[in-house]
Amino acid sequence: MNIYDIIFYLFAGITIISGFLVVSVKNIVHAAFYLLFTLFGIAGLYVLLGADFIAIVQIMVYVGGILILILFGVMLTNKIVDVEIKSESFQVIPAIIFIGILMGGLVFLMVTTNWENNELIIPLTTTKILGNIILTDYILIFELLGILLLIALIGAATIARKDKV
Amino acid sequence: MLTEFGKIFIFIIIAILFVGIAILLSKLIRPKRPTNEKLTTYECGEEPIGTPWVKFNIRFYVIALIFLIFDVEIVLLFPWALSYKDFGIVGFLAGIIFLIILGIGMIYEWRKGDLEWDRPKINSFNKDKQEVEE
Repeated sequence: MNIYDIIFYLFAGITIISGFLVVSVKNIVHAAFYLLFTLFGIAGLYVLLGADFIAIVQIMVYVGGILILILFGVMLTNKIVDVEIKSESFQVIPAIIFIGILMGGLVFLMVTTNWENNELIIPLTTTKILGNIILTDYILIFELLGILLLIALIGAATIARKDKV
Repeated sequence: MLTEFGKIFIFIIIAILFVGIAILLSKLIRPKRPTNEKLTTYECGEEPIGTPWVKFNIRFYVIALIFLIFDVEIVLLFPWALSYKDFGIVGFLAGIIFLIILGIGMIYEWRKGDLEWDRPKINSFNKDKQEVEE
């Protein structure tokens, strides 16, 4: 068990524990804050896998952006404190069947996959490789992404604007 | 030996330890004589009324939505920023066009008044009342 494994289990632990707390705490504001740790832990796992760009996307977009939207969504609800969240279990048997199938599939994949444990000997910078691809083969896609974001921007503003045209 | 992310990880660990040790030390050292007055929330000397979790203004949500779009834009600019120098003027222009397209959106929002803050209109009748509400 080297330092790599220790850091992996640290991030995996943060992710799993806070993910469990997200679905189990009664207070929705606390649940939203625990989601921060879940998303951050996943970003750490991406870094350990050598996917630096995806880790940056995770931090910037999910931790920095989506979570703020979720928090604002929670804050915009009328009753934050008094809301009764049902956390009893119902439909137990179908849930057990489906979760069992899912777990079985995941464990099957885990056992049968040939894990090549390439440790990060060379610090990879996938971001630069991505940049080269963007500016050669996918330069049109890059500009189209700008237009897509423009559509999203105008659409979001139009929907959020109340009634004045 | 250490990758760049390793340095960030050490930075995070030290940041967590810094806060943790500071809180723990002050907990050990400080005298603890709580009274009812001390335990209330400090709100500029006023008596706190109600819960701090109030309903937010919808304007915050719109600003957050616009922020999210530009957040994605920044993320997409990261790979471009690392490699545009290898492509000369073409690579530079590709990023500039991307920025201009998003800039059009920004100008649109600005002109349409989505970035304006909805201030309550103050007229002479209920001026005092609104000042109290603020």
